[in-house]
Amino acid sequence: MTKLEDTTTIIDDMATRLGKHISRPEYTNPAIVGIHTGGVWVAERLHRQLGISEPLGSLDISFYRDDFTRIGMNPVVKPSELPFSIDDRHIILVDDVLYTGRTIRAALNELFDYGRPASIMLATLIDRGGRELPIQANVVGRHVELEADEQIKLSGPDPLTLEIQKTA
Amino acid sequence: MSRDSLQIDDNGQLRHFLSISGLNRQLLNDILDTAESFTGVTEQTVKKVPLLRGKTIVNLFFEASTRTRTTFELAAKRLSADVLNINITQSSASKGETLLDTLRNLEAMHVDMFVVRHADSGAAHFIASNVAPHVSVINAGDGRHSHPTQAMLDMFTIRRVKGPDFGRLRVAIVGDIMHSRVARSQIHALNLLNTGEVRIVAPKTLIPAHAESLGTHVFHDLQEGIRDVDVIIMLRLQRERMQGALLPSEHEYFELYGLTEDKLAYSSPDVTVMHPGPINRGVEMDSEVADGPRSVILEQVTHGIAVRMAVMSMAMSPREAPVEQPHAS
Repeated sequence: MTKLEDTTTIIDDMATRLGKHISRPEYTNPAIVGIHTGGVWVAERLHRQLGISEPLGSLDISFYRDDFTRIGMNPVVKPSELPFSIDDRHIILVDDVLYTGRTIRAALNELFDYGRPASIMLATLIDRGGRELPIQANVVGRHVELEADEQIKLSGPDPLTLEIQKTA
Repeated sequence: MSRDSLQIDDNGQLRHFLSISGLNRQLLNDILDTAESFTGVTEQTVKKVPLLRGKTIVNLFFEASTRTRTTFELAAKRLSADVLNINITQSSASKGETLLDTLRNLEAMHVDMFVVRHADSGAAHFIASNVAPHVSVINAGDGRHSHPTQAMLDMFTIRRVKGPDFGRLRVAIVGDIMHSRVARSQIHALNLLNTGEVRIVAPKTLIPAHAESLGTHVFHDLQEGIRDVDVIIMLRLQRERMQGALLPSEHEYFELYGLTEDKLAYSSPDVTVMHPGPINRGVEMDSEVADGPRSVILEQVTHGIAVRMAVMSMAMSPREAPVEQPHAS
């Protein structure tokens, strides 16, 4: 088990870089949407640091996963909450770990069932490589190289800590 | 094979949904939690999730029903399944085809789930015992036996209005208990969820002989029966099931057992009034009560969709032992 650097530093970095993206004049009234569960924790902090006026949104992508026919229902599904109109909105989608890209694929599909956003940007705390779909993040907190039998896990919500674990 | 093992597989997962008895509290709570998560789908512009894409669900209705069939159909469509409505009363049964032949033919069309309503008790169990291994069966009401999705949507409605602690609740079920599959399923569900007190209120002729053994308190007087209760569930007077003179007249029934604003004063001040529908206005209750602030009758209908989505998706989860694996990010 390896402890990684402080998540506060990583999230500060992300906020600085996201701030540059969203300070463009055409980028009006953006909204931040976190993916349950870790993505919401990171999104809460970014939402506060960037001073976004729209309330924070959250997505539970369980109903949009591509592996229902293989592993079935997730026992704990939280309702998605998007307390603003998606139509013509600039969305910053936030997740904790970007790996195969399948979660992001599911999140994009779910977002489009709520409306037609003006744009979607992806920000992730960690990019561990290993993509199975053509998906990239606009803002990555840290790139981490992991062995195939390792996973990186975010614990939270307070404090937010990252750990690398061997998968059983 | 016992009824319990018919409904639940070796991993404790729902395989068919046939009756509340034989299930456990954990599973009921799982259904309620899953239903809660589906309530958000109606807020989407596209009111659909792709969970059951490519699956085919057949509503096999041997008995007429509008609300139940419609909410099952909507639930299936909101899960992106393809839905076929077959009304057997006016179909092959009249040409002499047996139930098993009908089933085999539908299975040959690669159907994944049957939602069954039938006038005979045990029909859904019979079908579940005879379907192919990959097919699931949901009971949408069988004779006087059970109507488990109605009971679950009622539990869901109670939980939403009163909170998750059923232990502090007094619930009265009022009306034609004898002929009611809904009441039977509700009593099982309320007991499994550890409800503080379950009462049944009806004239002697409309109470089944073994009522006390169901763990309920029996009342024959409405005012006594609803005194200090938190939830009143009114049942429909099943005129089409009523054989022989069990009641003097509907008018007299209303006088004694019909719910009015005046009588409601005997119950808890924040009492919630429910009814599975369709209401006989002026027989089971006054319009003033049915349309009043304590009534959640239309919420029950809305909740019926989320609860049926939950049951359908849980029963359609894959059969093999699920290998615990974290979802790849």
